[in-house]
Amino acid sequence: MRRTTTMGLVLVTTSALALSACGGGGFDSKSSSPQQTSGPAKLQILIGTSGDAETAAVKAAADAWSKKSGNTAEVVVASDLNQQLGQGFAGGTPPDVFYADAARIGDFAKAGNLYAYGDQVKDAGYLDSLVQTYTYDGKLQCAPKDFSTLGLIINTDLWTKAGLTDADIPKDWAGLETVAKKLTSGKVTGLVIGGEWARLGTFMLQSGGWVVSKDGKTVTADSPENVAGLTEAQKLLKSGSMKYAKQVDAGWGGEALGKGKAAMTIEGNWIRGALKNDFPDIKTKVVELPAGPAGKGTLLFSNCWGIAAKSKNQAAAVDLVKSLTSVDQQMTFAKAFGVMPSTTEGAKQYAAQFPDDAAFAAGGDYGTGPVNLAGFDPVMSAFNTDLEQLATKDPKSILATLQKNGDSALKGQ
Amino acid sequence: MTTTTIGSRRRQRGGGIRGREGAAGWLFISPMIIVLGLFLFIPVLMALYVSFTGWKGNGSPFQGGENAPMVGVRNYTALFTQDGLKRDNFMQSLGNNFWYVFFVVPLQTAVSFFLALIVSNRFLKGKSFFRTAFYFPSVTSSIAISVVFLFLFANSGAVNAVLEIFGIQGPAWFSDSRGLFHIFFNAVGVEDNPSWAQGEVLGRSVWEWISGPSVAMCVVIILAIWTTTGTFMLMFLAALQDLPVEVDEAAALDGVSPWQKLRFVTLPMLKPTIFLVTTLGLIGTWQVFDQIYVMGKGAPANTTLTPAFLSYKQSFTSLDYGSGAAMSFIVFLLIIALTGFQRWLMRDKDTPRRGRRGPMATSGTRSGPAAPATAVLANDEVADSGAARGTTL
Repeated sequence: MRRTTTMGLVLVTTSALALSACGGGGFDSKSSSPQQTSGPAKLQILIGTSGDAETAAVKAAADAWSKKSGNTAEVVVASDLNQQLGQGFAGGTPPDVFYADAARIGDFAKAGNLYAYGDQVKDAGYLDSLVQTYTYDGKLQCAPKDFSTLGLIINTDLWTKAGLTDADIPKDWAGLETVAKKLTSGKVTGLVIGGEWARLGTFMLQSGGWVVSKDGKTVTADSPENVAGLTEAQKLLKSGSMKYAKQVDAGWGGEALGKGKAAMTIEGNWIRGALKNDFPDIKTKVVELPAGPAGKGTLLFSNCWGIAAKSKNQAAAVDLVKSLTSVDQQMTFAKAFGVMPSTTEGAKQYAAQFPDDAAFAAGGDYGTGPVNLAGFDPVMSAFNTDLEQLATKDPKSILATLQKNGDSALKGQ
Repeated sequence: MTTTTIGSRRRQRGGGIRGREGAAGWLFISPMIIVLGLFLFIPVLMALYVSFTGWKGNGSPFQGGENAPMVGVRNYTALFTQDGLKRDNFMQSLGNNFWYVFFVVPLQTAVSFFLALIVSNRFLKGKSFFRTAFYFPSVTSSIAISVVFLFLFANSGAVNAVLEIFGIQGPAWFSDSRGLFHIFFNAVGVEDNPSWAQGEVLGRSVWEWISGPSVAMCVVIILAIWTTTGTFMLMFLAALQDLPVEVDEAAALDGVSPWQKLRFVTLPMLKPTIFLVTTLGLIGTWQVFDQIYVMGKGAPANTTLTPAFLSYKQSFTSLDYGSGAAMSFIVFLLIIALTGFQRWLMRDKDTPRRGRRGPMATSGTRSGPAAPATAVLANDEVADSGAARGTTL
């Protein structure tokens, strides 16, 4: 009896404390359209950077905009972008402008965290594939920042040593099989890639399939096209002329190529900088990925400039994004850290200025972005887990699991 | 509990010279109540509320509406009954964590007890050096140690280099997802997925449940044992030093062998400490997070995924806070149930004879760090066994 009164007292006190804590304004009471401030705005930009070059370039761009517009913009480098964004959204004080990964757009938009300002910037002429990637719920959610695509990276020394010439550059799967086999000898594997959907997905695209339909309304994982794509990858794995980076003790395809363990790999634009820093002696050539039965296909990775729905400076933020996505600014970024401009005009200039990377730029025309539906993050990581065992597992059963998980994610379960 | 007695005394006496003791008592403990309440109890209640909502991490979860609709217990039931990725991951994390606990708790208790026996030996030279050395891993940051382990167990790391000297080809520790028992089964000629292990329990086949910890998880297990034994050794050491010398001498007079002395004299007297160590071990191991975060975030093939880490991932990266909170409360209930079971398992089989409290009985209440810490979990039990300690001998 006495114990219960004490417990009751404790409960009452703590719940009173709890109530006052909630009422204390720790949370924003209005979640939609926060009051906009007038006068000079103070913006916070949260970025996940690839290195000092990128940080410096974004800082310089933000400073230039600040000077011109009279506002201030502070660039914050995130150590774990997704986690820090989640924390910011939940706490009610998200950064005004931030890098948003294409694969997370659905999650962010569904939770109501994004200010869908796409209509205000649409006339900048973004690439169609990018506009599609960032369109969720029929609205362009944010302005594409830049993009990279996957290409076939060839170690030219090993290529010529194997007696191959430019005429042998694979145009289709059969060609790829032939050169991969020819290049495999001793410690060198013909083709080494990361064992994940972000590389193997290209095979699915080349045979005309993909995880979701074009309109993003249905999951099409178990289609015969996808099975054909993964079966081709499995065939290469089984023959030994293709291996996962892990199998050759490398962290990723670029490392395998740099260490001379791979003659070819499938990677994106970022491999340029990585090779220059870590393996400056390797000579490479970038070509488009070979076409499958349904033609060319590649994956396209990109970030966009997200603006928080809770930002108090949305007008200023949109203005900042406009300046950041101008062709000149994007070309500056491209020179600084090797990403490709997200506008048609920019991509054209890029291809002209960096002829070696023309294959990457070409991928922008036919590339497909990652699945941007809400709740697909865990689905795709489960897919990755299965793909680790592609060499021994039936592609059909892997895709059936993906279909099942994708269906329930689409239903919001 | 002390507070209730103080409070009641005041009410009974209604003033007098001790009348203000109650108020003073409350005053003295109020800083702790406020700190604990504000930073622990209230957030726990808030998380409990969130676990009943479909909050997506936008705005306040306490205003209901579109941002945080009440979904009742659906977050909980979905983890058990709804066939899907969420259940798969959660069940796998429970399985992983079970094997982790299964190996860590007994091993860390045994090793720390063994170390305590060594360093409490009267004839050991350089005692303080060994005590410091064994305790050292416990005071080092777990993140720092995890990073060191990442290097030690890398494919071409120190551990594999040493194994190679003995002609053993070490595994690729952090990328090997094979379960320990699966490896054993394969070694004795059982094929993968035998017919007797195909039945499904909670969405996973029996074969998957009995996999044992993966090779990668074994590294985490080794790490956990290595870092925690120091602390537990200290607890055993304190208890060992508190044991009355007379009993040892009496046993020696009776002519017992060292093994008999350990088995029938020392171990029974250490029962409260063993309970403390296993309970703390159980609680700590079900909450393992930082090592997992540093050493692979669930990879390879989700075999190092634990409920604590999954709950974090579900909340902060999948923005499914309700489900994440539900997971943590399920683990909370699991820990409570297991601790209760353990208490039942280690209860005193003899009825304690409270009347005959010898002089030694009081020593039970000052047995180093054991008494205050266990009091929280099992105040009655420990006091009883402490009292029984003097009499059962």
